[in-house]
Amino acid sequence: MPAPEPDSTVSAPSGESASRTLLVTFVVCLVCSVVVAGAAVLLRPIQDANQKADLIRNVIAVSGLLKEGLTEEQALQRIDARMVELATGDEVKGIDPDTFNIAKAGKNPEISTALTRQEDVAQIRREPRYLPVYRIVDGNGDFKKLILPVYGYGLWSTMYGFLALEEDLRTVQGLQFYQHAETPGLGGEIDNPKWRAQWRGKVVFDEKWRVQIEVTKVEIDSSTPEAQYQVDALAGATITSRGVENLLKFWLSDKGYGPYLARLRHERS
Amino acid sequence: MSYEHRKILFEPIVDNNPVILQVLGICSALAVTSKLSTTVTMCIALTVVTALSNAAISVIRNHIPSSIRIIVQMTIISSLVIVTDQFLKAYAFTISKELSVFVGLIITNCIVMGRAEAYAMKHPPLPSFLDGLGNGLGYSALLLVIGTIRELLGSGSLFGYPILLLERDGGWYVPNGLLLLPPSAFFLIGLIIWVVRSWKPAQVEQPEFRIYHAHRPEVAS
Repeated sequence: MPAPEPDSTVSAPSGESASRTLLVTFVVCLVCSVVVAGAAVLLRPIQDANQKADLIRNVIAVSGLLKEGLTEEQALQRIDARMVELATGDEVKGIDPDTFNIAKAGKNPEISTALTRQEDVAQIRREPRYLPVYRIVDGNGDFKKLILPVYGYGLWSTMYGFLALEEDLRTVQGLQFYQHAETPGLGGEIDNPKWRAQWRGKVVFDEKWRVQIEVTKVEIDSSTPEAQYQVDALAGATITSRGVENLLKFWLSDKGYGPYLARLRHERS
Repeated sequence: MSYEHRKILFEPIVDNNPVILQVLGICSALAVTSKLSTTVTMCIALTVVTALSNAAISVIRNHIPSSIRIIVQMTIISSLVIVTDQFLKAYAFTISKELSVFVGLIITNCIVMGRAEAYAMKHPPLPSFLDGLGNGLGYSALLLVIGTIRELLGSGSLFGYPILLLERDGGWYVPNGLLLLPPSAFFLIGLIIWVVRSWKPAQVEQPEFRIYHAHRPEVAS
């Protein structure tokens, strides 16, 4: 045990009356709340800018543009962000996709709709009416890839990520989560580059454009035609893996981006 | 700076280290030391909070009714932690994302609370500030040692810059995965405590009780 510290100044016995206790409590709380609120309000603009930059960095990361040898600035030029009304698949003007907060929109009853238990495959309770999508274009401005924000509940947390689809709107270019709180080493392995790599080239729709993706614990037989729809689940993370499968099924269905994807296919055919 | 002040500031680094001698603040020492960048950020955050909370509590120490002193200390400490967290989110966004909940958990770090209750309540602001600073530095010293060992041997790098070439990148070093997991910090802290107590036997604790063979005196002789 450490030696007891010498009392250099002995403090005067403090007043114990109830009124004094209340006064001290009040003053301490007031000062502390002003300090906390001040810091939160003054730093908010910088924090928002960080959040926004972080989101775009994740879009760039999942787009695979950096692997094609582009710098971050060049990649930024290739991203065309739009707001989409999910129910109709229409693109909406008047909402800035860069400042749109997905997590907050899902909780705001004014811009989201409640899901019934049957509909709520991804366990997100409410679905935002509008969401940003990111079209990746090539140097000539032609459509190359589509990046969709997706999210859903895993074991402990809502996992937020991006799904990147190739030009055919069927093949996966990448799936990457940027925010989650799954168990490190088990469910947290959804961040593992090796696991993420197997998503590339998987197919999420069959010929009739029905959602066909499965995160499976059974060994994938690559000779079967189903193999293109199958992804190996994470060991020791059954519920997280199922959560990933569910959230993809939800967001690719008619409840999610289905109408928008159908419109895009129609436009491009 | 007078001798007294220097003693207050530097004593907690080796002679009265909050982690090594008092074995406080272990939780965060396990959680944030797998990488040096998060370790350094956490060290700065904790040192700032301990120093400022000690100073603030010391300023009003004669006005705090002793019946509510703990809750007043907690209020001040948590406000400072929230402010620190807000600053990190604004100016060190990536690192604050990695530290996630651990900055917030400085509130429950026994070192901060312990110094407020044991020192700041009885001493004037300047020595209290130095005491907080010193204890923060003591905590930092230990965390930096552990962080260096864990990142170097666990990922072959320091501050993210590769030092030992990893086998998977064509080098020779096979990283030790255990060092990236929290238990390794436990082993390292244990080893450091052993080394420090062998070097400074004054830190060895006296056993609180001894076992006597009361019923078989002939065996105990």
